[in-house]
Amino acid sequence: MSKKKRVAAVEGLFDLDTGQLIGTRCGDCGTVYFPREETLCRNPRCGGSKLEPARLSTRGRVWSFTNSCYPPPAPYIPTTDPFEPITIAAVELEDEKMVVMGQVDGASIEDLEAGTEMEITTAVLNEDDENQYIVWKWRKAS
Amino acid sequence: MAIEEVAVLGAGMHPWGKWGRNFVEYGVQAAKDALADAGLDWTDIQFVAGGDTMRNGYPGYVAGSTFAQALGWNGVQVMSTYGACATGSQAIEAARTRILSGLCDVALVVGADAAPKGFFAPQAGERPDDPDWVRFRLMGATNPVYFGLYARRRMELYGATEEDFAKVKVKNSNHGHSNPYARYKKRFSMEDVYASPMVSDPLRLLQICATSDGGAALVLCSMDFARKHTTDPVRIAGVSTVTPNFPQTVIDFPGISTDSAAGGRVPDAPFKDTIAKEAYEQSGLGPEDMSLAEVYDLSSALELDWYENIGLCKPGEAEKLLNDGETTIGGRIPVNASGGLGCFGEAIPAQAIAQVCELTWQLRGQAGERQVEGARTGVTANQGLFGHGSSVVVKR
Repeated sequence: MSKKKRVAAVEGLFDLDTGQLIGTRCGDCGTVYFPREETLCRNPRCGGSKLEPARLSTRGRVWSFTNSCYPPPAPYIPTTDPFEPITIAAVELEDEKMVVMGQVDGASIEDLEAGTEMEITTAVLNEDDENQYIVWKWRKAS
Repeated sequence: MAIEEVAVLGAGMHPWGKWGRNFVEYGVQAAKDALADAGLDWTDIQFVAGGDTMRNGYPGYVAGSTFAQALGWNGVQVMSTYGACATGSQAIEAARTRILSGLCDVALVVGADAAPKGFFAPQAGERPDDPDWVRFRLMGATNPVYFGLYARRRMELYGATEEDFAKVKVKNSNHGHSNPYARYKKRFSMEDVYASPMVSDPLRLLQICATSDGGAALVLCSMDFARKHTTDPVRIAGVSTVTPNFPQTVIDFPGISTDSAAGGRVPDAPFKDTIAKEAYEQSGLGPEDMSLAEVYDLSSALELDWYENIGLCKPGEAEKLLNDGETTIGGRIPVNASGGLGCFGEAIPAQAIAQVCELTWQLRGQAGERQVEGARTGVTANQGLFGHGSSVVVKR
């Protein structure tokens, strides 16, 4: 087994080791941005510009969930042939008061319901000859 | 207080389908039909508002002049607008505001599309700053994935069932089967729906809007102009093109996350509840005054969300409204008498215009087998990607 390099499928969104989501937080009103907002707070009653890096909660509860039974088009890169359905959950983070989507690792829709506690993890999204492309995923909390 | 109205002098459509021809042809056909319906010549038109399409090259980005050129350039003012699925309303609003400001008396609104087969996909290239690209790259979140999230949320929150969702499809197919402009004219059964393959659980292929070719056009004019050409025209009494209010706390494509509400005040109502509200307020009418509604059933389940969003019932009561037959033709407030997107598929820049065409024919009593008896008022609702509300209130 050659050692492939682990690289983020999209840079700057999460911690490559833990999957923890990385956004920004407004120093004035506390609004959290994921993906990150770096120039101007979008809260129309704030308008602050002190946006600092913020690591998001690693646990949350399912707001809703579904799957994709057909292979999505590019730039998604299906990794199985025949294609196996992808489970996707939208997970509510209590402190940030926001919902973040992600593929679900190790569970299908039968295993989920609104309110199921989830935690963040990393997984290989796809790979080529040199690299493994890593993404965050949600999995049922242990 | 109700604001001033504009008249719908003419409506025209090119049938929806997969015709494999240039989108300009569909738009021109719809425009010619709308002009004939209005009893006007192309040379009478003073302003053209074109709804852009992003999938047909440069002519699609400048649809106003593209249609004007095809109809024969004669020096009219043009505008090209885009608002994703709400493009048609943007074009209608461009024409309405020109008319109401006195800059013109009569305008032509045209939208047409030739759509690719299969899932809509983002533009090509490596574009990590574009949320539309990121959602596909990182999780394969197609549009039906979002429809699935909303549908499952209704099930979890209100106890909606797959049977409820299938009934919407069956209802709309019964409405649209006689519509000459509809693409799918089959009367589907519950069994047909259940037998179609799962796309994004709980939604099956027959419950998800297809992508279609089609074209729609309207001739709009001032009330003074209308009085010289007709009596008792259908009138546009309100148009909404609102954005969401921050923070938008319901997940919406193309985003992979909602806004955060950690910064304090949360809006009184979620985005989709505010869309028709603006059009109602302009018209001085409310949901209780409506004879019928055309809403954006991108999925069968999404139609139920709209019942609540446009005020036809309270949150959690849409399934009852459906099951009581109130949204079927003959019921209290028929929804998607045209057959909706379930029978049409979506021709993006034409769709919001087509909704108004349908209401125009309904209010004139020209809708044939799908006529809603005594229709005097109607509302459309639709939402475009990246925060485009779209709603039009018409009355007679």
